[in-house]
Amino acid sequence: MNDILLDVQNLKTYFKTSEGIAQAVDGISFQIGKGGTFAIVGESGCGKSVTALSIMRLLQRPSGYIAGGKILFGNTDITALHESELRNIRGNKISMIFQEPMTSLNPVLTIGSQITEAILLHQKVTSKEAKQKAIEMLAKVGIPEPEQRFREYPHQMSGGMRQRVMIAIALSCQPALLIADEPTTALDVTIQAQILNLIKGLQNEMHMAVLLITHDLGVVNQTADGVAVMYAGKIVEQADKATLFRTPLHPYTIMLLRSLPGMQKRGQKLEIIKGMVPGATQFPTYCRFSARCPNVMQVCTEFEPPTVNINGHLVSCFLYAGATEEKPYVIGGSSQADSLPASERGAQKLLEVKGLEVHFPIQKGILKRTVGHVKAVDGVDFTVNTGRTVALVGESGCGKTTAGKAILQLVKPTGGSVKFDGTELVGMHRSELRPLRRNFQIIFQDPYSSLNPRMTVGEMIEEGMIVHNIGADREERLGKLDEILRKVGLDPEMRSRYPHEFSGGQRQRIGIARALAVQPEFIVCDEATSALDVSVQAQILNLLKDLQSEFNLAYLFITHNLGVVEYLSDYVLVMYLGRIVERGRTEEVFENTKHPYTKALLEAVPKLDDKSGLKKIFLEGDVPSPVNPPQGCHFHPRCKQAMDVCKAKYPDKMAFSADHSANCHLYLK
Amino acid sequence: MLLNYYMNGFMQTINIHLDAYCVAGNCAVFLLILLIIRFIQSAAHREHYRMAWRQLKVKVLPMISMVILCIYVLLALMDSIAWHDRALNPDGSPSVNVGNYPVFDTNSLTLLDRAFSSLRKNNEKTFSAPFAGEQFTMETIVKANGAKQRITPKLKYPGAHWLGTDKVGSDVLFAALKGVRTALIVGGLTTLIVIPFAIFFGVMAGFFGKWIDDIIQYSYTTLASIPNVLLIVSFMLLMDKGLFQLCIILGVTNWTGLCRFLRGETLKLRELDYVQAAEALGVSRLKIIYRHIVPNLMHIVLIACVLRFSAMVLTEAVLSYIGIGVGSNTGSWGTMINAARLDLTREPVVWWNLLAAFVFMIGLILPANIFGDALRDALDPKLKTR
Repeated sequence: MNDILLDVQNLKTYFKTSEGIAQAVDGISFQIGKGGTFAIVGESGCGKSVTALSIMRLLQRPSGYIAGGKILFGNTDITALHESELRNIRGNKISMIFQEPMTSLNPVLTIGSQITEAILLHQKVTSKEAKQKAIEMLAKVGIPEPEQRFREYPHQMSGGMRQRVMIAIALSCQPALLIADEPTTALDVTIQAQILNLIKGLQNEMHMAVLLITHDLGVVNQTADGVAVMYAGKIVEQADKATLFRTPLHPYTIMLLRSLPGMQKRGQKLEIIKGMVPGATQFPTYCRFSARCPNVMQVCTEFEPPTVNINGHLVSCFLYAGATEEKPYVIGGSSQADSLPASERGAQKLLEVKGLEVHFPIQKGILKRTVGHVKAVDGVDFTVNTGRTVALVGESGCGKTTAGKAILQLVKPTGGSVKFDGTELVGMHRSELRPLRRNFQIIFQDPYSSLNPRMTVGEMIEEGMIVHNIGADREERLGKLDEILRKVGLDPEMRSRYPHEFSGGQRQRIGIARALAVQPEFIVCDEATSALDVSVQAQILNLLKDLQSEFNLAYLFITHNLGVVEYLSDYVLVMYLGRIVERGRTEEVFENTKHPYTKALLEAVPKLDDKSGLKKIFLEGDVPSPVNPPQGCHFHPRCKQAMDVCKAKYPDKMAFSADHSANCHLYLK
Repeated sequence: MLLNYYMNGFMQTINIHLDAYCVAGNCAVFLLILLIIRFIQSAAHREHYRMAWRQLKVKVLPMISMVILCIYVLLALMDSIAWHDRALNPDGSPSVNVGNYPVFDTNSLTLLDRAFSSLRKNNEKTFSAPFAGEQFTMETIVKANGAKQRITPKLKYPGAHWLGTDKVGSDVLFAALKGVRTALIVGGLTTLIVIPFAIFFGVMAGFFGKWIDDIIQYSYTTLASIPNVLLIVSFMLLMDKGLFQLCIILGVTNWTGLCRFLRGETLKLRELDYVQAAEALGVSRLKIIYRHIVPNLMHIVLIACVLRFSAMVLTEAVLSYIGIGVGSNTGSWGTMINAARLDLTREPVVWWNLLAAFVFMIGLILPANIFGDALRDALDPKLKTR
């Protein structure tokens, strides 16, 4: 077999930590063929990034080291190479792109000099030729006007553009293998589709192999040929893509696929994998998934499971010991996923937003003359009824977070009205607003910055209760506090602990408990599950649903994850450049999509049940700056169906049903 | 009558230096020590300080530094506790006043003076080198036969002066020890003045923004743009030289850097989700500052304190050297260096004056910096990997 490019054999990468040796990667084997795409999927902490870094030999020294195994690249074993020989391979034969396009480029160098640096390092060319090559590469990765862009700095470009530049640098020496570590995780779905398409196109053109590291099963389905599912430092299942998605065998893979939210799971509880990934220093010697596995057997807690090869489909699980067919076991509790009790959905109007505007002034000069406005939110209307969920979706920079904060008066609106239970909030004085604040709360995206590191969990939750005089005395208050902690799935004992002792999912629960403690009627969830792993996201979504039916809570769910929207929300608002372009009940918007932007957004989401691979139709370009929105319909420069009238006039609202309407000239006669 | 007698005696006995600067200085020393104790007390309950301490206590160098700093603090403390002795009659009996009131010495002596009384009292005639048995300078003596001879006379206390004696024969080691208190007061009191200023204005500017920010920014930028030496000289000439005045003017001229830093940090913290969450909960702004902003700034303040402390000690030495620091009757390393300047021009060179001040200063600054750096490593979350 000489068409194998990379052959990883029983690779072990360990880290020395103060708590002992962390077996981050513990004996994994896989192969990548020339020109093929191999994906490693898994949740955070499973060792997938460490695998990538091991192949590049970029481990953090001296704590990280390769403890065993071989990495054969062609005929050379990368683990045995000297540092000086490695330099020949890195960037030249194997390149890598990283998740964060904002930090992986040097901000003080032009992008041109960063590309030519890579070319000059590995190829014997003059600097003039290198510049020529760099401009060619920029054109190849789809950057318009590459000669001008060559002289620009990273901060002058958008996230998607920067990721393109990163790809240009990585591919400038025509490597045989590209390692892409979560290349699109920090990007919007529309940009993600562009980047994935770009990688795929270049791969075919340059006959290059790709090792894709990701947590997104949808992305895997779109791009990969072979897939390995990693859990706690081991590959638990490995097969070609079609087989894996058709007949997943390992309980972990099955559960992972089931915990994804989506339309078909509406009204049901999501299936969750209980517990969390064990710490890398405390991996058991037996099956590492046994503590969370619904089908755990006696033998699983005693021995390490064997890897069974069923017609090329590898799985490490005792369920399949001796099996010869790909016959998935029925995992406990699959069909009986609890359906949620339909909550009493009163149609009472709770929140009414009309013409909400947040314009940030742009000031210049010493006299701070206002020269323009950033129209972050520019005339938004909607209502939220008690006990209902309204989702606000859109790409980053569309103003959805600002809108959420403006409703809660955390950002001062510059115009419009927000009526909560009939009370006008806009223009209200801080002190008048304070007693009302217990009715509307917020849950944040980042579980790390949303908790004060200097306060205990108890102090944090109690703070709001003290402000609003909840509980007659301290004893009663603490009693209520314990009850709330239990409600969100935490042990009341944890009251006196500090945030750093908790995992991301637990921190998010603490944030929810803090909001719940003041007994609100309405909660703004600002990307509340975006930073979490799939299995943890399912736990939090279930929790939010349970709490909604118990307390008749209304949610405004701000998110870019359309799967979550489909699963959770009753009503959807699609936002583009500060304005809502389409609104309606979730089923209507998803099944009878009207606005071209909504269509593009839905198209761009990588789906699991999709066999067609990459899509042809997706959104070109980036979101324009809200300082200078395009004339007429804001969306027309990116719209495939744009007409002359779109450039002249912003379209009025066109209603398709009682709830469903869109702002698009296509439907205006 | 009897009560009066005792009261009077008591008042004079516990009389801690009455001179204005000394009272202020002593208050500063005690306040400083009180604050350190209070801080350690409250930090002992705070998990993240305990974590920093666990990290700190296993490091050898910072721990040695801490012990050395403690010794310095102890010396300063000893030098701050003073009382008057009973005045003695020429026959050695305690002298009494009319009406049998006890009479006290006009000069009080500190605990340090008493502990090192041999150093204090064992004066020579003039210069002598460290550990020397003989005087450094030659003297002409007239022998019984009238012949003159140049000799280096034997010292009264040979080998007793570890760091030699100065021009008037007093012990250099003792002078250096007396400089400890001055250095610590300048370092400590100035920091005490700086911190409330910096926190108050920095947090106000960062949190409230708008015109409050403008005013505070303009004032500290203006203040920072005036050369410090100029301000200090004019203030000291206006207010008369003295330890307390020096601390005030050093405090006033040095809060801007920390203030600017804290303003920036506050700006950053204000936008964090947990501050927004507190606002959404309806927590008042003062409470937000008190509970969410300031505790998250304290580690910066602590690091700045330790590092600023050493800078202040050095500044005092420089200012005393150029003659605008503490008064000449207050022992200080700067004054010692100033005196040593003349000694250095002698032939052969008298070097131990300078060396003593240098060794004591390094002995304070180096541990303070090592400890400060280690503290920064332990407390700064940015240096830690998650």
